[in-house]
Amino acid sequence: MEYFLQQLINGLTLGAIYGLIAIGYTMVYGIIGMINFAHGEIYMIGAFGALISILLLAVPGGGGSVVLALIVVLVVSMILTALYGWTLERIAYRPLRASPRLAALISAIGMSIALQNYIQLTQGARNKTLQPLIRGGVELMERDDGFTVVLNYMQMGIIATTIVLMTGFSLLISRTTLGRAQRACEQDRTMAALIGINVDRTISLAFVMGAALAAVAGFLVVLYYGVIDFFIGFLAGIKAFTAAVLGGIGSIPGAMLGGLLIGLIEAFWSGYFSIEYKDVAAFAILVLVLIFRPTGLLGQPEVEKV
Amino acid sequence: MASAVRAIAPIDPLGMLKEAAVTAVVSAALLIPFVGFRIVNRGGDQFLDTRFEETAIAVALIFLGRLALILIRGGRFLVPAVGGVAVAAVGVFAPIPTDFLRAVATVGGLVVLARAAFVAFMRSRTDTGARAAGAGVGDMFRRALPWIAAAVIAIAFVLPLTPFAERRFLDVAILVLTYIMLGWGLNIVVGLAGLLDLGYVAFYAVGAYSYALLAAYFDFSFWICLPLAGMFAAFFGIVLGFPVLRLRGDYLAIVTLGFGEMIRVILLNWVSFTKGPDGISGIPRPSFFGLEFKRYPPEGGETFHTFFGLDYSSLHRVIFLYYLILVLALITNFFTRRIRTLPVGRAWEALREDEIACRSLGINPRNTKLSAFAIGAMFGGFAGAFFATRQGFISPESFTFLESAIILAVVVLGGMGSQTGVVLAAVVLIGLPEYIRDLQEYRMLAFGAGMVLIMAWRPRGLLSHRDPTIRLHPAGRGGG
Repeated sequence: MEYFLQQLINGLTLGAIYGLIAIGYTMVYGIIGMINFAHGEIYMIGAFGALISILLLAVPGGGGSVVLALIVVLVVSMILTALYGWTLERIAYRPLRASPRLAALISAIGMSIALQNYIQLTQGARNKTLQPLIRGGVELMERDDGFTVVLNYMQMGIIATTIVLMTGFSLLISRTTLGRAQRACEQDRTMAALIGINVDRTISLAFVMGAALAAVAGFLVVLYYGVIDFFIGFLAGIKAFTAAVLGGIGSIPGAMLGGLLIGLIEAFWSGYFSIEYKDVAAFAILVLVLIFRPTGLLGQPEVEKV
Repeated sequence: MASAVRAIAPIDPLGMLKEAAVTAVVSAALLIPFVGFRIVNRGGDQFLDTRFEETAIAVALIFLGRLALILIRGGRFLVPAVGGVAVAAVGVFAPIPTDFLRAVATVGGLVVLARAAFVAFMRSRTDTGARAAGAGVGDMFRRALPWIAAAVIAIAFVLPLTPFAERRFLDVAILVLTYIMLGWGLNIVVGLAGLLDLGYVAFYAVGAYSYALLAAYFDFSFWICLPLAGMFAAFFGIVLGFPVLRLRGDYLAIVTLGFGEMIRVILLNWVSFTKGPDGISGIPRPSFFGLEFKRYPPEGGETFHTFFGLDYSSLHRVIFLYYLILVLALITNFFTRRIRTLPVGRAWEALREDEIACRSLGINPRNTKLSAFAIGAMFGGFAGAFFATRQGFISPESFTFLESAIILAVVVLGGMGSQTGVVLAAVVLIGLPEYIRDLQEYRMLAFGAGMVLIMAWRPRGLLSHRDPTIRLHPAGRGGG
């Protein structure tokens, strides 16, 4: 029971991070119907941006308010990563919008390889570490043999940040003009253009918002695990994509739900079965979902017309 | 349209500068955090180093590059081309303090030059007698293609016997030929059947591991294992292909990617069977009809050089491997060309164009797709067995997603479905970077950027060719 609860907490934390990345996939897929293959790399850029801003602001050494400094770091890395997302769309997607789909996929894969190597070359291939800035936590329960269930402050922070961002983001999509433009473009791009929506800008904004949320995920990972390298984007990207598909690609609540489920499955799988095969578990779920329920949990079925 | 394209736009210096300045500002914002600062580890703690001069020079180069691209767009080629050559030359020959700047200068200069040459070439085709001449050139090229191909093959066969064939050259040639073979194999799945497979490396791995394991456990020779490796890979192709046949496009790509990674993770973790991350070493080398390529013959036996009365040379084995992969690749090509004209090959192409129409014509999509998967996988398996025997050592590290991406890039950049395009793309993508020794580390960066640029400028591939093998009405004459 205690062990179960601990894995549940770990899984929720991990799931929140996957969910944040998954939104980027789902938004881009919803609006242009393509998998943003380089999104995992965008998340990795976000993590490096956050680490560099933390070191730049000398957060670990400097006194003052750590929380305030971290908010500044978060905003800086979100802006930086959003800029990368915007550039990615301009270079790898916009010129190819009228081309065969495969062309855009290849250029996105190329972008992903290029970004990975860019960070490897400029920052070095070795792990980058950060001492934990936020320590401590609440002991929830104690088992007879001394095993305690701990909810870290950091985990609380991750879950709280995610909830706040998700609420804000859902409101943005459902209530504002910008969100309406997004939804209109998802339904019919030509029609949206006819009624005066700037489609190019709306698509760019989908990349920008997805990248900003991925930057939050990267920021949280740097603080939570404290270890990053240039290759983290690949696996995280695939898992987040699995989450988006599991939840129903194109659906924003679905991405969040899928993220949570993938996080929980991974935590329980490594807690109860074997840690080596935890990545296989994620792939297996992806395959099973696509075969048996291609629309995901909350997705709309896609009707193919002749 | 044609005249509008041909016209040289008047220079608008202010607009040009503004556009280039925007690019420079954006790239400065992108580069400063990662190029300007570098995380370094000193005594267990992380610090930041700064490299602002490099960033500034890189941004300046990007500014110039953007100006050059704007000029090319306006129809002026000479100045940008000369500038590109100059910058690239500076990058290669001048003593530049850091590799990063060297890479930016060399690659950037070459990109500008390539762009100028490419656009100029396209314009000249529309200039001289409009489109007819262009089509004429294309037709001539197509008619000459069999002769060119025959000449290239003949050269490829004679090459190892000429003095050019030093060790390094042959190694690169073998590598390029391996990718040509893999590209031709994947072309069956992606180019002909239109199934986007991002996990092709899984079959390559299955082929390599089947040979290595069969040789290790049962002491089978290469020539027995080669067909077996192909069969195992084809079997895996069917097993992995079966569940994913209903999926289309991007979904299929992701699931095949997942399968590819699963195979790698299993190879990595099933230590008792595959030796896990340590890999398998001491894989037997191939023999020439039972004659081995060793310096000293075994007890009572003969080796290749004693049998033919030659002096021993370590080059013999390399040359033999070269011929082996050349023949394997040509078999793949020959097979593909022939099968395209058979009903199953026609069905692949039809399925690629329109699945629903195929169903209504009574083509069984499941069997058709499975056969494409299996045959593509089989050639991947052959190539894998060759890889294992050439290297003598394999580990799961050789079969990452990157490998799949490279093979797919060879197919797509060459022009989907084009056999010639695969050769061209393999030489450009695999062969050229091997010779840019100074910039080894920057190879993959240039590779990724190259994929993006080729797609942006030539979305259908270097040699776009997606015509069905057969038409009811010859092109240009038939109805709609």
